[in-house]
Amino acid sequence: MKEITCIVCPNGCRILTAMQNGQYVFSGHRCGRGLEFARTELTAPMRSLTTTVRTVFHGLPVLPVRTNGEVPKEMIPEIIRELAGVLISERIGIGETVAADILGSGVDVIATSNLLKSGEPKEPGGPGEPGVERE
Amino acid sequence: MTVLRYNVTVIGGGPAGLAAALSAAKEGAEVLLIEREARLGGILKQCIHDGFGLVRFGEKLSGPEYAHRFIEQLPNPNITLSMLTFVTKIEKQSDGFVITMVSKDGIRDIFTKSLVLASGCRERTSRQIGIHGRHCAGIFTAGTAQYYTNILGKMPTKRCVILGSGDIGLIMARRLTLEGAEVVGVYEAKPTASGLMRNVYQCLEDFNIPLYTSKTVTRVFGEGRLCAVEVSDVDACMTPIPGTEKIIECDALILSVGLIPENELAESIGLPMDYRTKGPVTDQNSMTMVNGVFCCGNALHVNDLVDYVSESGEAAGRAAAGYLQKKRSFAELKADDSFLYIVPQMISLTERKEPVTVYFRSKTERGKTRLTVTVDGSEIYKKSYSQLRPPEMERIEIDFKGMQIRPDSRICFALAEVD
Repeated sequence: MKEITCIVCPNGCRILTAMQNGQYVFSGHRCGRGLEFARTELTAPMRSLTTTVRTVFHGLPVLPVRTNGEVPKEMIPEIIRELAGVLISERIGIGETVAADILGSGVDVIATSNLLKSGEPKEPGGPGEPGVERE
Repeated sequence: MTVLRYNVTVIGGGPAGLAAALSAAKEGAEVLLIEREARLGGILKQCIHDGFGLVRFGEKLSGPEYAHRFIEQLPNPNITLSMLTFVTKIEKQSDGFVITMVSKDGIRDIFTKSLVLASGCRERTSRQIGIHGRHCAGIFTAGTAQYYTNILGKMPTKRCVILGSGDIGLIMARRLTLEGAEVVGVYEAKPTASGLMRNVYQCLEDFNIPLYTSKTVTRVFGEGRLCAVEVSDVDACMTPIPGTEKIIECDALILSVGLIPENELAESIGLPMDYRTKGPVTDQNSMTMVNGVFCCGNALHVNDLVDYVSESGEAAGRAAAGYLQKKRSFAELKADDSFLYIVPQMISLTERKEPVTVYFRSKTERGKTRLTVTVDGSEIYKKSYSQLRPPEMERIEIDFKGMQIRPDSRICFALAEVD
């Protein structure tokens, strides 16, 4: 018996898994996606990854990014190390690729903010905003 | 100097305020949207993790992406934006409100017919939970640690203890681990986690970060910078048990010990508050007990999903745009002791709108439960749940259409175990 918490949707169903006659049986899921998640979780767990990458822009030191799909869970530490070497020097925006087919996973890492876009209203030096040197 | 006039003024440019301003503008209102920071989006700007928008858009978006879905609808001809602006005073007049605000342009007053409070919530701090010890650096709220990591790009810790298992604490446990910090453990004084189970699973279990329940931090140590914390077991009343103390070396203590609606402005205009939600009392049209003042999002009650914050903002914006200066009569929605709270707390009998959306949280963790709503003793609504947990807000819609409801009607919400 293993308990899995489904992370597909906010319901967060607790799915019980057990082995019966050489096959997995599942209970507690409320939908097919939950069943699919539990199955994958037992064999080859997948996760999406969100993090930040460094930029060259003053006052905007980091840009939020995410994988545009799921990657094998065990690849996450390697992807994080790979992204530590990325430095953004173009004013890219939401959905634009930061690293294509990261480590051959077939998944791209994309920007998730328009922080660097000049169209985005921003005034460095505003209260609580980047651009305020705190040191 | 002429005073500028607006139909609707929205205070706060986070997800609730953005939704409120856009929906009021859609109804044709002249809207002023006031934001104290330099960028719209509120706390979503620093919530770079995903999971936002599953209910609303059927997609797993990050916080900035979710906010962008609303920000990209601007500019809007009916919305005037006032950024880096702080409201200092609200004064009620017979036909509306005079709002005093401070911005780079100086101090100015505007007049508005109705007002939407969308000021969000604040994190409970170390002072509010009475942690003993030195006043050293290294004690952060989870939101501050998140700001350092995700906006300033600076690591607030190398090795930390997290106190409290609220969602932001769980999210930060994962985030700091990914960035190379060591999270010694998450300590929770209650017997169960405060955050969503899916976050316990994907943020702690995935990274082998231990969750210790019925334990709390009782002291902090450090000259200048934090160097250790003392943790203790607690009893059922959350009182530390002497003799169970343990010292953990760390350079930071990160707090995720609850969120409180930010309502200083609401209190300044004398809005009756609900001690359970810590937000204003509202009717089904998101209007507070003061005519013309609406409240939405986390300022009204702390939500666990931004999707519901947007929904609440839209409802408040729409209602504020259509606000008629009418005297209201109310019937109270009474929730029994099994609820942590219900929102709204009142229904206006003057402006009936069906169905009524009700949000609630159970006070305790429950198994199979039936919710019933009765009006003067007759059941009008029931729903069964396989489980209810205080961290997970529930949403129901109740149709009171055709029902004779008077100010003295007894509208009761109850939860009962079922076999």
